[in-house]
Amino acid sequence: MAFRAVKEKYRSKVGEAILGATKEQGGTRGYTITVGGESTLPFLHFEGEIPNRPVVALEVRDVAPSDWHACFSAYYGDVFADPAAWAKKCVEEYAADLIVLHLEGADPDGKDASPEDCAKVVLNVLATVDCPLVILGCGKAEKDNKVLPVAAEAAAGENLLIGVAEQENYKSLTAACMVHKHNIIAQSPIDINICKQLNILITEMNLPANRIIIDPTIAAVGYGLEYGYSIMERARNGALQGDNMLAMPMIGNVGYEVWRTKEANSSIEDFPGWGLQEPRGILWEVTTAVALLQGGMNILVMRHPKAAALVKESIAELMQKTELEN
Amino acid sequence: MFIIGERINGMFKDIAQAIRNEDPRPIQEWAKKQEAGGARYLDINTGPAAKDQVKTMRWLVEKTQEVSKLPLSLDSTNYDAIEAGLEICKYPAMINSVPAEWPKMERVFTMALKYNAAVIGLAMNEQGIPKDADTRVALAMELVAAADSYGIPMEDLYLDPLVLPCNVGQNHGPEVMQTLRQVKLLANPAPRTVVGLSNISQGTKNRELINRIFAAMGVASGLDAAVADACDHELIEAIATARIIMNLDIYCDSYVEIYRKQQK
Repeated sequence: MAFRAVKEKYRSKVGEAILGATKEQGGTRGYTITVGGESTLPFLHFEGEIPNRPVVALEVRDVAPSDWHACFSAYYGDVFADPAAWAKKCVEEYAADLIVLHLEGADPDGKDASPEDCAKVVLNVLATVDCPLVILGCGKAEKDNKVLPVAAEAAAGENLLIGVAEQENYKSLTAACMVHKHNIIAQSPIDINICKQLNILITEMNLPANRIIIDPTIAAVGYGLEYGYSIMERARNGALQGDNMLAMPMIGNVGYEVWRTKEANSSIEDFPGWGLQEPRGILWEVTTAVALLQGGMNILVMRHPKAAALVKESIAELMQKTELEN
Repeated sequence: MFIIGERINGMFKDIAQAIRNEDPRPIQEWAKKQEAGGARYLDINTGPAAKDQVKTMRWLVEKTQEVSKLPLSLDSTNYDAIEAGLEICKYPAMINSVPAEWPKMERVFTMALKYNAAVIGLAMNEQGIPKDADTRVALAMELVAAADSYGIPMEDLYLDPLVLPCNVGQNHGPEVMQTLRQVKLLANPAPRTVVGLSNISQGTKNRELINRIFAAMGVASGLDAAVADACDHELIEAIATARIIMNLDIYCDSYVEIYRKQQK
């Protein structure tokens, strides 16, 4: 008897979001990136459409990172002091689809850079690379509420993705994204209910749902990845069953989570049974990323260029339809 | 579970009068109000008073569609009137309704196929409304088999177990609930279910309370749709809450507002 694939019929699909704007669209990007649009669970090509492949972003900081493992110096050491050159290297040498610029320098307990100085860095990076850009604040809400609106205004028209908005602090960033026409990252603490509520709160301020990207908060393999994963699964199933307030594409800070684990950083001298540190860290990052792809992650923010390359290879394979699916 | 707004019905005095005077305003006001309230379909019933059922149905459909983009549920025992309505429906409509009787099923399923309409199938036949769940399910099975033989997808067949007022037909209550659960097993994919919700409270003094408790119990039994009062906010709240408890929607603090919005 011939094999017949059992297909689930879904009511709805994941929304599509467009990042970046070309000259014709009022920005200066060389291309735009569309994420989302799936009408089935991840990579089930036989069942529905997966119109846009997941994308890989590399992380750039406006100040040289003090907490990154020494192994990164071999890749970024020459550009750590220059975020624009760093971004250029990520795009040209390491084939990043887009750049995540982390405005760590704004941190009041660190460099305490002014909003204007932060905006300058954003403009510099925009002038140097032509890929769509994600910008993240320093994580201190009070300061971010000053920095991000200024950066959003300086980059008006570029259709950036800016984060993060949280349930307790979403209004000023939402307003800035509304006025200056950017997309927003809505971050919830591994909580599907807050995730949905935050999306509702943001859309109630009239920012369209297709300009929201969900950050469900993820963890590395071995550190509770399955909690974030199960949130992603519920959001995806919700989206496909018609829950518009969970139907946004998702972003995850893979590099950040992986490279603070013991497994990625410990030397072989400390744990002789674990093998060499750098390839181990790369594999930890790749494994985390690939697991999240299966949960429906659309934008992977990664750190190690070799891990990024391996994940891009994996995405290319996952996006190929098999014999069954043709 | 979604609501088919029941208010555009010639049984109501204001609608009967509007039909008599050919005054579209009450029709259009109710269309807008029910849409805002959270209806996903609007039921259109000419009522017994209309002399020319065909003409009245066409007029009601036209006037409703002028102000609302909701799909319509054409509610009549006069199939010529339903067909006249189907001819001018802008969106795939619902035929309300057909019993498990020939040749009525032939006429209705043929129309449904031609106009890409959904069908409400009543678990009754020439012998009237069954007393127990088993007979209701047997009649539902006849409807499922007939619909399938005409190529109607199960997602477009809404089985109505038939609800009686709880003050006169109290023994029907548990049978209706059991029928709602059992008809889901008749086919894969399962047929949908619908009830005329307000029937449960006819002639009682606590109509809204009875309606919303019944709706919540219906959700727990897998009910998909109800012809009901879309402007009853507490009813909408009860349905939204029942859906959360049954894990049909993902909880968030604004779940009631979201349920209302998502119906649109």
